[in-house]
This record gives sequence, C-alpha cells and structure tokens, in this order.
Amino acid sequence: MISIERRLTEAPWLVVAVPAGSLVAAVILSGLILLVTGHDPIATWGRLLDRGFFSEGAMSATLVTATPLLLTGLAAAAAFRMQTWNIGAEGQLYLGAVGASGAGIALADRPAVIIIPAMIVAGIISGAAWAAIPGVLRAYTRTSEIITSLMLNYVAGLVMSYLIFNSHSYWRDLSTFTARVFPQGKYLSPAATWPSLGIAGIAIPLGFLVGIVAAGILWLIYSLTRFGFEARVIGDSRQAAHYAGMRTRRKIVAVMALSGAMAGIGGASEIGDFRHVLDPRGLQQAGFGYAGIVVAALARLNPFAVVVVAVLLGGLSNAGFSLQGATFPAGLVGTLQGLILFCALAGELLVHYRIRFRRGAAASPPATKPAPVGAA
Amino acid sequence: MTVRGITKRFPGVTANDAIDFEVLQGEIHALLGENGAGKSTLSNILTGLYRPDEGEIYLRGQAVQFHAPRDAIAAGIGMVHQHFRLAASFTVAENLVLGHRDAADRGLLLEPDVIDGRINELARRYRMPVNPRARIWQLSVGEQQRVEILKVLYRGARVLILDEPTSQLTPQEANDLFQTLRLMAGEGRAIIFISHKLDEVMAISNRVTVLRRGKVVGTVPRALTTTRELARMMVGRDVVFTQKKEGAAKDGRQVALELRNVSARGDLGVPALHDVDLTVHMGEIVGVAGVAGNGQRELAEVITGMRHRTAGTVLVAGRPTRGGDPLEAIRRGIAYVPDDRLGTGVAPSLSVAENLVLKAFRQSPISTQGFLHPRRIRSNALRLMQRFNIGAASPDTPTRQLSGGNIQKVLLARELSGNPRVLVASSPTSGLDVAATDAVRGLLLDAANGGVGTLLISEDLEEIFALADRIAVLYNGRITGILDRQQAHIEQIGLMMAGAA
Repeated sequence: MISIERRLTEAPWLVVAVPAGSLVAAVILSGLILLVTGHDPIATWGRLLDRGFFSEGAMSATLVTATPLLLTGLAAAAAFRMQTWNIGAEGQLYLGAVGASGAGIALADRPAVIIIPAMIVAGIISGAAWAAIPGVLRAYTRTSEIITSLMLNYVAGLVMSYLIFNSHSYWRDLSTFTARVFPQGKYLSPAATWPSLGIAGIAIPLGFLVGIVAAGILWLIYSLTRFGFEARVIGDSRQAAHYAGMRTRRKIVAVMALSGAMAGIGGASEIGDFRHVLDPRGLQQAGFGYAGIVVAALARLNPFAVVVVAVLLGGLSNAGFSLQGATFPAGLVGTLQGLILFCALAGELLVHYRIRFRRGAAASPPATKPAPVGAA
Repeated sequence: MTVRGITKRFPGVTANDAIDFEVLQGEIHALLGENGAGKSTLSNILTGLYRPDEGEIYLRGQAVQFHAPRDAIAAGIGMVHQHFRLAASFTVAENLVLGHRDAADRGLLLEPDVIDGRINELARRYRMPVNPRARIWQLSVGEQQRVEILKVLYRGARVLILDEPTSQLTPQEANDLFQTLRLMAGEGRAIIFISHKLDEVMAISNRVTVLRRGKVVGTVPRALTTTRELARMMVGRDVVFTQKKEGAAKDGRQVALELRNVSARGDLGVPALHDVDLTVHMGEIVGVAGVAGNGQRELAEVITGMRHRTAGTVLVAGRPTRGGDPLEAIRRGIAYVPDDRLGTGVAPSLSVAENLVLKAFRQSPISTQGFLHPRRIRSNALRLMQRFNIGAASPDTPTRQLSGGNIQKVLLARELSGNPRVLVASSPTSGLDVAATDAVRGLLLDAANGGVGTLLISEDLEEIFALADRIAVLYNGRITGILDRQQAHIEQIGLMMAGAA
C-alpha cells in the first residue's frame, strides 16, 4: 500500500537534494525515450548542454531568451507570494511592449540616454496599468483574478494585433508601399537599441541586468518593507490582515500592479533588446508569460532563484531549437523539455510530502511516523 | 465494544499508548481528558479515520478491522463530531441520507416521503423534534446537533461516540441531550461520551475512563468517585483554578469604553445586535455571558472596528469612534483577542516574531520610513516570549506549530504589549488545557490591575464568575441584564442566557 503523507518539518537538505534527484530522474526517463527512438542519449545530452550553454555564443543567446522569462517569472512570484494569482503576465508583457515601442517611436530622434529609460518607464506603466484591472476587480468586486487576468491576455493579444494589422495606428509602418500591403510595425531608431554588457565573451542584455536589479528590489520589498510585510500577512490570512488594520484592497491592487510592472519591463526588453519593432505574432508565439509561471514555481517564488531558473530554462529552450533537424524531430525536443519540467515540478511534492510504502496495515515502523495528509 | 492495546504514534508523540477500554451495551461511558490527552485520536481510530499502529478492536467479541470510516459505519459505530459535519444549504432529510445507501434510495432517486417518515419516527422515539424539510442553516446549534445524532441513528449505529457534545449548547439544551442519551442507553445502545468537563461527566456517565498523555490513567464507576478525584486523575496533580478576581472595582474610575444604543447586522445581513448599552471602566472586567450565536461576535467586532454598526455610538475614553475601521480601533487603544485565534488572531504561517509585531510593525522602533528592522523584531520577540512565557522553539517558528495555549499567549503578548486602554477578549480560554487556562486568566487579571478596561466575552460561566466584576447577559442580540458578580447566581445567569428570565 502506498500513501502520501505530509512532512511535519521540511529538512533544509531536501531543498537541494530534491531538485538534484528530479534532474537524475529526468535524465534517466529521457534517456530511455532516446534509446527507444534510436538516439544516443549521452551524445544528445552533451549536445543539449553544449548548444544551451557552452558553445560559442550559446550563453549570449540563452540570456536573450532568459530575459523575458526572468521578468515574467518575477511577475508571477511577486503576485503569488501574496496568494494573488496573476495569470496575466502574458498580456501585461504585450502591453509593456506596446508602451515601450510607443515611447521608442515617439522619441525616435532623441539620444539613447533619454529613449531607453523612457521605454523602461513606459513598459512599467503599461504593464502595471493592465494588471491593475484584474486587481481592482478582485479587490472591490471579489472577482477571481485568475479568470480576469487570464482573459485579459487574449484582449491584450488582440489589441496588439489591431495596432499592427487592423488599423493605421501610430505603431504601424505606413511609409512604403510594401509596408501597406504587408502590415508591420515601425522599426525603432538605432538609438533605441538597448546596449549589452560583455563579460568574458558573453553578451548580457540590458533587460537581463534590469531583471536582476528588479529581483533584488522585489526581495527587498518582501523581506524588509512594511508593504511587503502586509502583503505576506494578507497572503497568509486575509482575516488576520483585516484584524490587524491592514488595507487589504489597496494592497491587492498594488501587488497586482507591481507584478504587472515586472512583466511590462519584460515586454519593453523584448522590444529594446531583441525585436526593435512591435511584433504581435512573434510575441504571441513565444508565450513568455505562461512560461514565467513555471519559472516562478520552480524557483519556489524566491526572486534570486527566479534568475537561475530563467537562465536554465532559457538554455533548455534554445538548445531545443538547435537540436531539432532531419534526424531529430521537433516533437522529441518538446518531449525532452516536458520531461525535465515534469520531473522538476513533481519533485516539489517530495519537499512537502513523503511517500510511504507499506505492507498491510499492521507492523508499521515506530516513532517517526508523520500524520496523514490533512491531519497536520 | 472492547479495545485492547491500541497504540498510535505521530512523529515525536505517542498519541495513544496501549489503550485498553471497553464499553458495554446500555452503558454511557465517559472518556475524560485534557486537550492533547489522546481522546480525539482514539475516537478517530474507533471510527476508522486512523488505523492503529498496534492493538485490536472487538465488537461483541469479534475482532474487527476498519480500513475506512464506512467500515466503522457498517459495523454500527457512529460519531457525532464537536464541529458538525452538515451541508448547510441542504435539508435535514438530505443530510441524513447523504452518502448513505439503503432501501429508500433507488439508484439516483430519493424517496422523500419514506425518509421523512423514518426521521419523524426516530425523532419521536428519542424526543428530538426536528423538521425534516428545514435547511440546516435555518437551525439553531442545538437543533443541528440533533440532526447529527439522528444521522448516526438513521444509519443504525449501536455504538455512539459524542465528541464534546455540549460545548456549544445552553445548560437547558445540554439537559435535553442528556435525556436523549439516557433513552438511547436504555435501549441497549453503547454511548462513548468524550469531554473535559467534570460536572457533565459526573452527571451523565455510568463509568469514566480517564486519559492522560495518551495513556489510560484508570477506569472508575461514577458512583465511586468524586469530581476532585477525577480532576486529579486528569491533570496528574491537585488543581483548582488559582486565578480569581479579588474585590470589586473601585468606584469613581474613568470610563474606558462606552456603547450607546449600538446595533449591527450579522454575516447574513440580519440584525444581530439591538440597542446595546454597555460601559466598561478602567481596571474593570465586564463579563458578557451568553450562548454562542447570540450576538457575541458582532459585539466584539463592532467595538474593534471589524464590523460596521448600523446605529449607536461607541466611545473610547469619552471620545466617539467612526467605527468600521480596525486600524482606527487599534490607534485608539482597543486590543482584541478574537475567538478564532488561528485564522484571525494570527497569520498562521508567519513566524512568532512576525505575529508579535502584527500591529506594532507600523511604528518606530519596529519600522521607520516604511522599512522594517529585523533585529528589533527579533529582540522584541525574545523579550515578549520571556515576559509572557511563550513556549516556542525560536522566534522564527511558524505560529501554527504552537499549541493552542502558546498561540493564545502570543496573541495576548502582542495585544497587551501595545498598552491598550480597552481589551476585548472573546472566549480567551476555550480549548485550552488547565495550565494554559490559568495562565491566560492570570494575564487578563494583570491587565485589569494595570488599568485596562476588559470586556470578557465567554460561554464559560465559571470563568466569568472567576474574573468579572460585572456580568452582562447577551441573548438574541440584546443585553438582558447586567449584574454585579457578588449579587449574581450561576443558575439565574444560565436562565437569562436561555432567554427565560
């Protein structure tokens, strides 16, 4: 008989051992699949690591992919810490991209020192405002923010498409005949291209650096400020927060806006670091907002762990693209990536719960038996 | 039913250690013990919720094994839980058949008339009048308990286990319950009556088994024992509550809290508090007696700003409050110990240190300019843990891991360290063991001696008589009388609580 029981105490070593164990499980499982499909597991794993992190330029490319994951991961972590379920980082990232590209176009003939901060600020404001909508609905009408923030993702996607494909908006390029027939956004001036920092041959995008700073700020807010303390109390028990005189409604809106601001920076960085044009299709295909939820969950909502997880997942995703080819189908790449994520998330269970195997009901081992789930 | 050598271990604690115990047909057998003595674990084993690590259960001489609660139900064991397990929006009849299959249940369809007939017959037989078509939320607590008992009988239980059945009943309702239990025992059913109240146990049981720290201290016939002996067996030493208010509050003290014609609505929007007038002087303890659900929660919440009042005025130290704002109440010096201590009184996952600054975090020295000072939070915690004798491993321990008594000490430490003018304490000792109860009462008295005006809302009349200078009785949202303790009699208050005087 198998039963899953809650651990009464979570041993610190588990936090390290469980992810390591999950990785081993993922390697074994995917190794089996690779063998069955006629690929050499060790060579494939070698290539995966190589293309993701170690070969020429791989790390730079990985950081470009990791940047939006880092920021949407922070967005999810910021909200989830207060038990506010912002599923809308996707839409908030779109709006951040709209805001940042708008600012970039408007300030096209200004120098970089003006354009780039303006883009970041525009991204923050747009993302925060978009996230404040489900925040206000949640705080004042008790509407589930899960549903509203999720639905607003589709609205944000359509807004973005409308600006480029269905209207002659400020964002759309109408300067040439081809641009009128095949709609596309206005490209930003070269001064609006965000610089990157080169260290040991690795180009670190500005958005990634901003993300690290944002992670630090988020950590600071949650562990050292009154605001963060209130947010944690509200997340733990709204009743207790109300009892202690906290303004729970305002705080919900504020935390949603903070979360949206993070995703908004992600959108701004997509424009400034990478695309340089509002590209609705590209952004929608990437699905960074949803991936951010996975990043935050794997990082156990710790902002600094979000940085590490974002880089790992960014590398995994990039390596996947370069693995696929004539002999290595894209579906198999997805399978490998899925297995790794699956094992990592399933392993989380083991930090909080333990699985016991026992023979029959009698003769249980003494002394260290935890309470069944629900009894604790 | 006989139980032999039942042992159940949880990490770090043996909840039941080689329990031997038997209950005969037609017997009312009390299971007496403090909180944490292992009563609940044992009843969970008897009803198939837990499986024992060792030991055997015999029913009418046959060894039985329960793999799930439904095995225990099938064997004729029924449990009436302290916190009722009824679906509030369903009718009485629906609750009775919920999860139960029998002849009245043809596939997906129910036969309401058959069910109603059976319920009425059971209700008549055991003198528990109840309307099968009423919805649970419309019923009083006493009626809901009848439904719980009927549910167990409906399923044909021969052994009934009642867990603290009187904890939410008026003395009169409890008497009715005892009548019913005697009737059932008279028919040859076996009844296990779990309680930590000595007088009840003495009133109802045939035999008493006392548990302490998971072990059976002994089984004694009721006729051959005394309250005092049982108390000693239960606690392991001679105890009487030592904390008692000495003397009356002196006249001419300042008024700490005054309520004038205060009314408020309950959670369902119906008026729950009507024209309440109440005055608490500095250094005075005013007890509010009443059965839960008669407006106590609303009264406490209106004073502490957690609920809006619909009429009237609340004055703190002579100045009116706006009301409906907990922060205002905190700033005006109203401390509050809510009855729901784990869900409302503390943030359960946060540490002891954080819970100790749940209100003070806004001010210097805990925070300045929006930033917290972790070292000061920690030293504040260490100081209060020592001063209030809080048993926690460290200031970083999550508060929910503490015992009920220690959680209550965290609450009181926080509330009293804020130097309040007024303290509203709701059921401050409910669910606490003897030692913790005594400690909490001591803290309340210390606070009163320090000049805090205290409103003590409690269902425990003994507690009110031990601590309060004056006693107000709340019935149906109205104050039905305010008496000086010296002039009040416990029977008289009991009748007023039931609306009979």
